[in-house]
Amino acid sequence: MRDVAIVSFAQTKHVPRTNLSTAELLLPVIGAALAAVELDRHRVDFWCHGSCDYLSGQPFSFVAAVDAIGAWPPIVESHVEADGAFALYEAWVKLQTGEADTAVVFANGKSASGDTRRILTLQLDPYYVAPLWPDAVSLAALQARVALDAGVVTEADMADVVARSRRDAAANPCAVVADADAHEDALLAAPFHAEPLRAHDCPPPTDGAAAVVLAAGDAARDLCERPAWIRGIDHRIDGHDIGRRNLSSVPSARTAAERAGVSGRFDVAELHAPFSHEEVLLRLAMHVEAESFNASGGALCANPIMATGLIRFGEVAARIHRGEAGRGLAHAMSGPCLQQNLVAVLEADA
Amino acid sequence: MSAAPCAVVGIGQTKCASTRGDASIGGLVREAVDRALADAEMSMADIDAIVIGKAPDPLEGVMMPELWLADALAAAGKPVFRVHTAGSVGGSTAIVASHLVTGGVHERVLTLAFEKQSDGNAMWALSVPLPFGMPVHAGAGGYFAPHVRSYIRRSGAPPHIGAMVAIKHRLNACRNPYAHLHEPDWTLEKAMESPMLWDPVRFVETCPSSDGAVAMVLGSAAVAAQRRPAPPAWVHATAMRSEPTMFAGRNQVNPLAGRMCADDLWRAAAITTPIDEIDVAEIYVPFAWFEPMWLENLGFCGENEGWRLVDDGQTEMGGRLPVNPSGGVLSSNPIGASGMLRFAEAALQVRGGAGEHQVEGARTALGHAYGGGSQFFAMWVVGADPP
Repeated sequence: MRDVAIVSFAQTKHVPRTNLSTAELLLPVIGAALAAVELDRHRVDFWCHGSCDYLSGQPFSFVAAVDAIGAWPPIVESHVEADGAFALYEAWVKLQTGEADTAVVFANGKSASGDTRRILTLQLDPYYVAPLWPDAVSLAALQARVALDAGVVTEADMADVVARSRRDAAANPCAVVADADAHEDALLAAPFHAEPLRAHDCPPPTDGAAAVVLAAGDAARDLCERPAWIRGIDHRIDGHDIGRRNLSSVPSARTAAERAGVSGRFDVAELHAPFSHEEVLLRLAMHVEAESFNASGGALCANPIMATGLIRFGEVAARIHRGEAGRGLAHAMSGPCLQQNLVAVLEADA
Repeated sequence: MSAAPCAVVGIGQTKCASTRGDASIGGLVREAVDRALADAEMSMADIDAIVIGKAPDPLEGVMMPELWLADALAAAGKPVFRVHTAGSVGGSTAIVASHLVTGGVHERVLTLAFEKQSDGNAMWALSVPLPFGMPVHAGAGGYFAPHVRSYIRRSGAPPHIGAMVAIKHRLNACRNPYAHLHEPDWTLEKAMESPMLWDPVRFVETCPSSDGAVAMVLGSAAVAAQRRPAPPAWVHATAMRSEPTMFAGRNQVNPLAGRMCADDLWRAAAITTPIDEIDVAEIYVPFAWFEPMWLENLGFCGENEGWRLVDDGQTEMGGRLPVNPSGGVLSSNPIGASGMLRFAEAALQVRGGAGEHQVEGARTALGHAYGGGSQFFAMWVVGADPP
């Protein structure tokens, strides 16, 4: 395989609600990602965007994003109806073909445009399940209940994840939720929101965007002193029918991690886990050991849906760029109850 | 670095209809997939990865339907990837799937696209007002009619060209058992009397709303070598280009993105005179006048000369460049699948497997798709010989 690295990352200062349009949200972020590596947009070989029409309530909503990237003269560009991490995967594949040496991947999501909790219901079987309107939080609560009953997760584990995430987010200026003094005991005293989930076990509504720059081989070395090389990357899906899945495990995350070459100890791991119990399930599924998990605060502290997964990749890469980490794991997910999982191993040059 | 070769080793499509009430979305998709797998002499167990395309999710009301379709496709444990690039999506999806092979990531990739327009209301879904934009409320026909009017003014094309293109498509479709419209009785005179929908676009010059799906199995050279007796179609080149929807001075009739995409494609396929080197073209023509417009945009002829190729019968079966032997989008329009149908029909032609609408001796073929406001382009060239 061709050596491909993340060489730049930028994200918005996420907020619970913005009135900025898609193009207004994306323009500064893409500009910042390019400026950080002094790459002129005319020298970008490939562009790939991740977003979702249903969040904006508008078919072809991604078309407006073309305005943000200055697609003139016309560019080589693609779009995925998914988290930007999957756009990163498409760009990585494009670079593997040798048809491109550089790529910009970007993603945006606005929770505030609608009721995300209910909108995500429309991902379910439209004939038998969606008409019953099980919402995203209730489905996550079902998975948490199964995991608790199976003994693979405890309420204390979930509180630990939230407390650690909120404390870490205090050092992340882009987070929307942070609490330097977050403590497990206080969290466990809070009332249930959707039992067994408490409000803090769920992600905050977030509007935001992110962009990364990918480059292959020498192009990566030219652009970045310490590229975050993608040593392995793979994604897998589980079946959909909730009733036929064992929700206390995540087989697709396990397979993807094995295929991506996850082994040994990582300096950092960023897992796309909008609900606290999901982080525990993912750590178990992927057998991942790391010095730190979601040191950014993770999706529990900023969840610009459809950009959240891409931000996990960016956060790991940025730590490698800054020399704070040598080897990291980045993970993104999609679908109800962690149905689809994308895993990559990122590494600095030895 | 040179990419690994990629071949189309299996093709399957459904019968298109205004309502496929006999099949759910999953059933429709599975019908195309099963035919493609049978054609490739494979089962789902042989498939390494799946790439799915469809047009906007609000057309059926299922958000990211690939998640739900994982069950119908028996995809658990595999990579499933979703592409969405507007009307060009079927083409873009096939291109992404081919890159998984040419990039050396996978050996056997299933790609599919679908639309079940009868499950929703595309006209409504395409007319939702934008919170920050000027509503068009015109649907696709109202949007593109001014472009057609502009083309007629610039080129001086006579008014019967659109009707000629339309009836050619409808008659070609009669030789394609999968086409939605089978209307053998059209004549030029009758077509010229067809009601005006969006001046100058007549009813007969307009695509139908269809349910339908298409699937292809793409394989590496090693996979293609195992196939007997059906020959593969080799992917010679792919290209994609995008430009913004609107800005002052944009050429919406002959968009630069389309011209650059075609330039990229011909260069990558080592084709210097497309009109002589392409044996058959499947071009995305949802409104009849787009046939001459895209002939020019693709470089098959000079600017304002596309209508002359049509008028001389050169794009009919037996002409110099048969365009859309399948009946094209004008005879079947499952939106998300329409682009991939063009790509698949091009592959069928060079495999010699197009049945009654086969162009005799076709060795090299073009598949073309476009989307948005004539701003997203996806194309491939396939050939009977390895690249």
